[in-house]
Amino acid sequence: MAKVLVVTSGKGGVGKTTSTAALGATLAQKGEKVVVVDFDVGLRNLDLVLGAERRVVFDFINVVQGIANLSQALIRDKRLENLWLLPASQTRDKDALTEEGVNKIITELRTKFDWIICDSPAGIERGATLAMRYADEAVIVTNPEVSSVRDSDRIIGMLDSKTVKAEQGEQVKKHLLITRFDTARAARGEMLSIDDVLEILGTPLLGIIPESQDVLRASNVGAPVTLNDANSVPARAYIDAVRRLMGETVPMMVPVARKGLMDRLLGRRAA
Amino acid sequence: MMNLQRLFGGRAKSAPVARERLQILLAHERGLRGQPDLLELLRAEILAVASRHVTVDPAKVVVKMDRGSPVSMLEIDIEVPDAAERCAAAS
Repeated sequence: MAKVLVVTSGKGGVGKTTSTAALGATLAQKGEKVVVVDFDVGLRNLDLVLGAERRVVFDFINVVQGIANLSQALIRDKRLENLWLLPASQTRDKDALTEEGVNKIITELRTKFDWIICDSPAGIERGATLAMRYADEAVIVTNPEVSSVRDSDRIIGMLDSKTVKAEQGEQVKKHLLITRFDTARAARGEMLSIDDVLEILGTPLLGIIPESQDVLRASNVGAPVTLNDANSVPARAYIDAVRRLMGETVPMMVPVARKGLMDRLLGRRAA
Repeated sequence: MMNLQRLFGGRAKSAPVARERLQILLAHERGLRGQPDLLELLRAEILAVASRHVTVDPAKVVVKMDRGSPVSMLEIDIEVPDAAERCAAAS
């Protein structure tokens, strides 16, 4: 049965799009049929992170408005045959996204895919509420930093009250993904620890993604970090997270960034 | 002394401060969540009671809440037009 998964956070810049691409690509590699849906109307970026920006012809809003049908708007990944993208519209009209329109598209996608991953925009406005509206599960992306944790708490409250599942008296299954984690700084007491964040947010942990240059390197070339270098520390952390998402029990590793002697001597940052 | 401490002991840890601030803030914010807006509710009911006895302009009813420790202050400000204005309004 198809699962609708929203990747959300409240705060911007914490790694929603990076995580959507990495989780989507990894699920597809595991044989699941996956569509990643960009909900950031006016500021789409998932196409860019996936390296599909030049292949966008039709978008989400075009399908809602009947200008194109779904199969015309879906873009198949060139590397993974199981991975598809539904791009957001670049229109400035935020009202172009309607609840009925989203419902119609999600319902149709459910018949075609195993996973529908909704990349939420930042904030708590229309785009973010509609991205989570039909979700069965949610990945809350959080940085170990006060403003991100506070916004995540707010988003968790919304997942528990403003989604269709919540209104039907059920629960959206929530997973916490801590990103941009710096083990050394946390150990020195300069950054909230994993335990701190878990205790405050009270949500089960899906994975810990380290702060890493591999993430930027992958987005520079338009590839999910898991495809660009599957052996990199963040890629392995995402792959473990996907195994947990699929129900496997995988021991949680606090990622230790590889540091060469020169890095240490020069005091360079992790990974 | 401070310099020596910096040199050997490192800076004071800031994460525990972050953790404590978040715990206090979120406890407060979670308490407010889900309830209908308390002040708006109070305003509507106070307006209804007051207008049973005097003519009041809904825009001139101000309800404010100052949360503090050890006491919070609820401030209600209702502007009632004087007799002349009331007559003018009635006619």
